[in-house]
Amino acid sequence: MRARLIEILAEVAATGRAPIDLAAEPAVLLMVGVNGTGKTTTIGKIAWHISREFGLSVILAAADTYRAAAAEQLAEWAQRAGAELVRGAEGSDPGAVAFDAIESACARGADVVIVDTAGRLHTQGELMDELAKVRRVIDKQLPGAPHETLLSIDATTGQNGLRQAKVFAEAVEVDGVVLTKLDGTAKGGIVLAIADELGIPVKLIGVGETLEDLRPFDPTDFANALLAD
Amino acid sequence: MFDQLSDRLQATLSEVRSRGKLSESDVDAAMREIRLALLEADVNFKVVKGFTKTLKERCLGADVLGSLDPGQQVVKIVNEELTGLMGGTGSELAMSSSGPTVILMAGLQGSGKTTACAKLARFLRENGSKDVALAACDVYRPAAVDQLVTVGGRVGAHVYEQGTDADPVEIAAWALDRAREERRDALIVDTAGRLHVDQDLMDELARIRKRVKPHDVLLVVDAMTGQDAVGVAESFAEAAEFDGVVMTKLDGDARGGAALSVKAVTGKPILFASTGEKLEAFDRFHPDRMASRILGMGDVLSLIEKAEQQIDERQAQELEQKLRKNQFTLEDFLQQLKQVRKMGPLSGILGMLPGMGAMKQLKNAQVDESELDRVEAIILSMTPEERVNPGLIKGSRRKRIANGSGTRPQNVNQLIKQFDQMRKLMRHMASGKAPDAQQLAQMTGTAPRPRARRR
Repeated sequence: MRARLIEILAEVAATGRAPIDLAAEPAVLLMVGVNGTGKTTTIGKIAWHISREFGLSVILAAADTYRAAAAEQLAEWAQRAGAELVRGAEGSDPGAVAFDAIESACARGADVVIVDTAGRLHTQGELMDELAKVRRVIDKQLPGAPHETLLSIDATTGQNGLRQAKVFAEAVEVDGVVLTKLDGTAKGGIVLAIADELGIPVKLIGVGETLEDLRPFDPTDFANALLAD
Repeated sequence: MFDQLSDRLQATLSEVRSRGKLSESDVDAAMREIRLALLEADVNFKVVKGFTKTLKERCLGADVLGSLDPGQQVVKIVNEELTGLMGGTGSELAMSSSGPTVILMAGLQGSGKTTACAKLARFLRENGSKDVALAACDVYRPAAVDQLVTVGGRVGAHVYEQGTDADPVEIAAWALDRAREERRDALIVDTAGRLHVDQDLMDELARIRKRVKPHDVLLVVDAMTGQDAVGVAESFAEAAEFDGVVMTKLDGDARGGAALSVKAVTGKPILFASTGEKLEAFDRFHPDRMASRILGMGDVLSLIEKAEQQIDERQAQELEQKLRKNQFTLEDFLQQLKQVRKMGPLSGILGMLPGMGAMKQLKNAQVDESELDRVEAIILSMTPEERVNPGLIKGSRRKRIANGSGTRPQNVNQLIKQFDQMRKLMRHMASGKAPDAQQLAQMTGTAPRPRARRR
């Protein structure tokens, strides 16, 4: 009975699974999410994995121009991961930063651009509009981009996670979820509802604060953990 | 805030309220609805169980079912219990009698500690502690120190930092020494976010606590946290023995689970609520007022406080004089308008009025701030003389004002007409008579105006 339950849960969790596609040159990843869910940290980890495992060159775009010292934080991760950083002034237009980063990637022949954005509550219409604009700027500059839009969801989030995914997906067409902070006691059960209702799969999980602490999502392991006690 | 929970509870209660008599099974049905509403709102299941049990016992008491207005009684009880669940009447920070008040901030990663530190510093400055300092003890997250230095600077707080190579416990102790030497009124210690299961970091937090002996330890909790909130709060209560909670990201559409569970489980009250990106969006948390808001009974007290903060006593008296003497001009009207708008976006103010939750159209309607911009623009385009005596405004003046404010002559006319009606109404009130509904309706332009002949 338990085994069957795990199977069913794993099946739901596996809805719409697809690998992150880095084929485009440059491949553009857009990172979005609510404040404090772990966007910047996740980007550092992704950059590190991409450059280490696939030997690709990465440019990070510090398009969080709102929060104090957000660019410094990303700069630190860029250095750790061996990636380049493109940044603008604090308070400058986030779309322009993304634009500059992609332009520089095209000019230098970099393989991947990861765009960090400011955390925003999905209830703030103006900020969601701004995010949609960043995406449009990217799409206009490089048709088909961003090739992957990732939404970070904090595993401790409750029912609200579903609302977050819904509203962000409406604004920027989310391709996948990064479930962060799974190293705590929270299990992130809300992603089941997100996969089931919105068809957005979890692609990566964050399990710690160091560069290595990023894993591909395994539906069966996830289902097992949900039912473990 | 907590809209979904609010809607469900209000629906349930209005059902109860509409009945003249309540049977035990009516109460049972209502309790079932309330239980579901709370569970859906991420309230911890044990808390829900206890809450509905007490609620039911009280509602079935003889004095309720037998009373003339049992529905009203039930609403009153729910309001009281909800208030109790969130901590009763508001609690306060413990302040130091001599030397700096030390406040230690702790919480999970991403709950909003650094921002809350700056907001709290600003709040303390506004409320009597003139000289507030911050200690940067988050040496783990990249650029956390830079962030604190920046936001601290914005609120005019001094930031003690030693970069990221020193030990957080030592930084905290050093900062406290400095704060004492420099006779600061308060020291707020920012710490790194940590998972409650990370034993090393929880030990570190306990060591900081032991070393600086804070007057208050505050746990920063993200309002969107789900069932996990309780476990987190319990672990932090053990390691840091926190005294109160700062609830962050309350401007989202979280359903309130964390806010409603944390006090019940740990016994520690929510002291502050953080409600927006701006550093001013931070205030005391009042459980009683929050309960009223959830139940759609409004939060008139907060509204009055907000108004008091913004409105200048002397100006208000002058205005009253003018009203009595019927000397109220468009210039005064403009000042009034500006003061009201200083209180924040109108949609936020509307949320505090009783019964607004139930008025769906109003809730979903984004209050049109641009309409008010237009009114301001029109008045600003008038000469001082015209503002005192709008009767002067005829053909060419009207055209000039419309051009100046980027509106049309009709808009100018409309404003003058509304102002006229308002003045009449005020004269009426000043003479001690209550305004009649028809007049009020005409003034606000909301109500069943006699259908316009034009169309």
